Amino acid sequence: MFCNGQMQIEHIELKNITKRFPGVLACDNINLALKQGEILALLGENGAGKTTLMNILYGLYQPDEGEVIVNGRQTAIDSPQKAGALGIGMVHQHFMLVPNLTVRENVALCMFNDRTFHCDIAYVTETINRICTDHRIKIDPDAYIYELSVGEQQRVELIKALSLGANLLILDEPTAVLTPQETDKLILLLQEMAASGCSIIFISHKLNEVKAVSHHVAVLRGGKLVYNGSTDDHTTNELASLMAGRDINLPVAKEKEPSDKIILDIQNVTAIGDRGTQALNGLSLALRKGEIMGIAGVSGNGQSELAEVINGIRKVQSGRILFDGEDITNRTPQQIIDRRMGYIPADRLHEGTVAGFSVKENMILKDYARPPLAQATFLKDRAICRYANDLVAKFAIKTPSIDTTCASLSGGNIQKVIVAREMNRRPKVLVAVYPTRGLDMGAAEFVHSELLAARDKDETVLLISEELEELINLSDRIAVIYEGKILKIIPAKQAQKSALGLLMAGVQSHG
Amino acid sequence: MLGEIIIGIISAAVPLSITFVLVGLGEMFNQRAGVYNLGAEGIMMVGAFIGFYVEYTMQSGPGSSTLGMLAAIGVGAFMGGIMALVCVTFKAEQGIAGIALYMLGWGVAGMLFRVYIGGTTTIVGLQAVNVPLLADIPVLGPIFFSQNAMVYVTLFLVPLAWYMLNKTVWGLKAKAVGTAPMAADTMGVKVDRTRIQCVVLAGAMAGLAGAYLSICQTHMYADNITAGRGFIAVALVYFGKWKPSGVLFGALLFSLAHSFQRSIQVYGIDFPYEVAVVFPYLLVIVVLAFSGRSNIMAPAALGKPYYRELRD
Repeated sequence: MFCNGQMQIEHIELKNITKRFPGVLACDNINLALKQGEILALLGENGAGKTTLMNILYGLYQPDEGEVIVNGRQTAIDSPQKAGALGIGMVHQHFMLVPNLTVRENVALCMFNDRTFHCDIAYVTETINRICTDHRIKIDPDAYIYELSVGEQQRVELIKALSLGANLLILDEPTAVLTPQETDKLILLLQEMAASGCSIIFISHKLNEVKAVSHHVAVLRGGKLVYNGSTDDHTTNELASLMAGRDINLPVAKEKEPSDKIILDIQNVTAIGDRGTQALNGLSLALRKGEIMGIAGVSGNGQSELAEVINGIRKVQSGRILFDGEDITNRTPQQIIDRRMGYIPADRLHEGTVAGFSVKENMILKDYARPPLAQATFLKDRAICRYANDLVAKFAIKTPSIDTTCASLSGGNIQKVIVAREMNRRPKVLVAVYPTRGLDMGAAEFVHSELLAARDKDETVLLISEELEELINLSDRIAVIYEGKILKIIPAKQAQKSALGLLMAGVQSHG
Repeated sequence: MLGEIIIGIISAAVPLSITFVLVGLGEMFNQRAGVYNLGAEGIMMVGAFIGFYVEYTMQSGPGSSTLGMLAAIGVGAFMGGIMALVCVTFKAEQGIAGIALYMLGWGVAGMLFRVYIGGTTTIVGLQAVNVPLLADIPVLGPIFFSQNAMVYVTLFLVPLAWYMLNKTVWGLKAKAVGTAPMAADTMGVKVDRTRIQCVVLAGAMAGLAGAYLSICQTHMYADNITAGRGFIAVALVYFGKWKPSGVLFGALLFSLAHSFQRSIQVYGIDFPYEVAVVFPYLLVIVVLAFSGRSNIMAPAALGKPYYRELRD
């Protein structure tokens, strides 16, 4: 038996759950039920209330109305401890691990949270080993969490939940940060666990995965349950429309005559990564004017460092970067911005915006010091408001007002603020790093069409992504990055997913 | 002669460092748990007075020093409880609350001193004792074996604190709530309760550190007896990278500098002592400036109150 536990959850039901946050109705009268051994996919756009609902089930939030019924009995889940005792485990979207403790210590903390002193490390080790052999998971129990990759951290989360004997597992967007290979492994693991009697609730907006893994699907939109039924009854397109409340069509790049003007020329660049290793290893890449160059690769092969050296945030050790004929190697970010480089960073909340600033302030972050937004160091408030209101209307940003703080917007709308700021500057080159990561289909559609619009205006885009479909649909050419070098550049029209996958793993086909 | 001076400097530095170690170890626990307590200085002053006063009223009778220190531990824990109530339960800004506690401590200790004592009065306190035989060992003898009893107790507390922090569930909880309180909460750790425990423990340690000053080191009480040692200790915790051994090392280094400075005066070396007095503090600033690298082991949630339903 995989899921050994104190009590088995045979049936769980959420009844009339309502939760309000200041100014937001996060969950509106939601009813859901799940039987043992079932996998339920919970779908919805960003801000639809999926995470809130699951946090209620896990005891982190208290519902304003409604009740949870476990095995036919009404049960108040008023803390995560209570949820754990019932056999409910949750893998959060943002991992709930203590970075400066080891894997073993993190698991120990979960298992012995009711103790004061005695810490039976041998028993913890035994438990970790048992779970790892049962599920064929590999992990070093003595590694510190901060040393682990995202995929490994997720495995620790799973071990944590299983060590408590969870037989209802909630996974909040578990694949958002995983590579395709890791995702396949995870899906296999989840199916095995369900077969052995675990119930699983799986939050995602990647519809292919949902189709592959779930028995049932529930769709939330704006805090309301809009669909609840069997997965097989709907195609992925129908599910996407249910989530968005309208039809979704991801745009595809049209053929275009390549220009031969090189706008960004990266020559033999090396740079050191955060962990002190050689992240860029003599990387060379030339971007033509008006093309979208996709960068494919397994995360951690130098993608983020590449974006950072181009934008002057990371020091170049050797090599040169020419931008429109001018050497910008190791220039300051400000100098590079002034030459009309655009940047959509991977971490939209911390790098892309100042979270505590208003929408209006975030929109002028790069141009605040110039007329018409400023005159002799004084900000022109009326001009700024007009500017921000224009952008909000033009990019259809959903925000209560331009004075709302960015942090309180949904992920998709934060990304729209960044895209609006960068696009409106008419960049010569736009570096977009994982621009649709964690976004729902509606928001992804928006970002894609904006990137294509930039290409139509003869602007150049460097698109770094892990979604092969996104790369193939949008790019003119795809460069595969591996261990800090470009392994191969292929025209997107000839690219095949399987071949790209092999290249991303570092396998060069001969002949 | 020079060897004698050096041994003299070191053996004087060891008892000087004890105050810093005591208050620093406590401060390390509450910072690990995510609360920094600038009020340690104030708690030390009250602890110093209460310890002194208990011994004074018992006319330095048998057991009066011990009782004085126990009383200081009690009152320190109580003041730590005030800090915990304000900062953990009611989630007030920690820096402001700490400064308020410092002023409260100074005011209360000063007032009690003026009402009940008034002038400079000495007590017997805890005197240094020579450990038989061991004290006669050259070099090591005067440094390690002719100190007061609290020196040995405190040096034992350093490995004990390490064990508590790294080998017990409670230590794991303390580190977890100071680094990733949300994660700790989902792991079933009671965040506020753990933080309160750490702040109260640190209060007790600060109280004891104060009593060490009055009972073991100066054998008297004077207004502002702590002279910024509580604040230095807060800096030493940063300097020691939140590790018991680091706190000990920092305390020793600072005390050595202090002792060196004093010996310049004692031995009449021709050097303006006004400048020498500044030396230990200068050292702290320099060391802090160079140890300011971001540290992955640091308590990331230091200074931030925890709200479970806060959306960010």
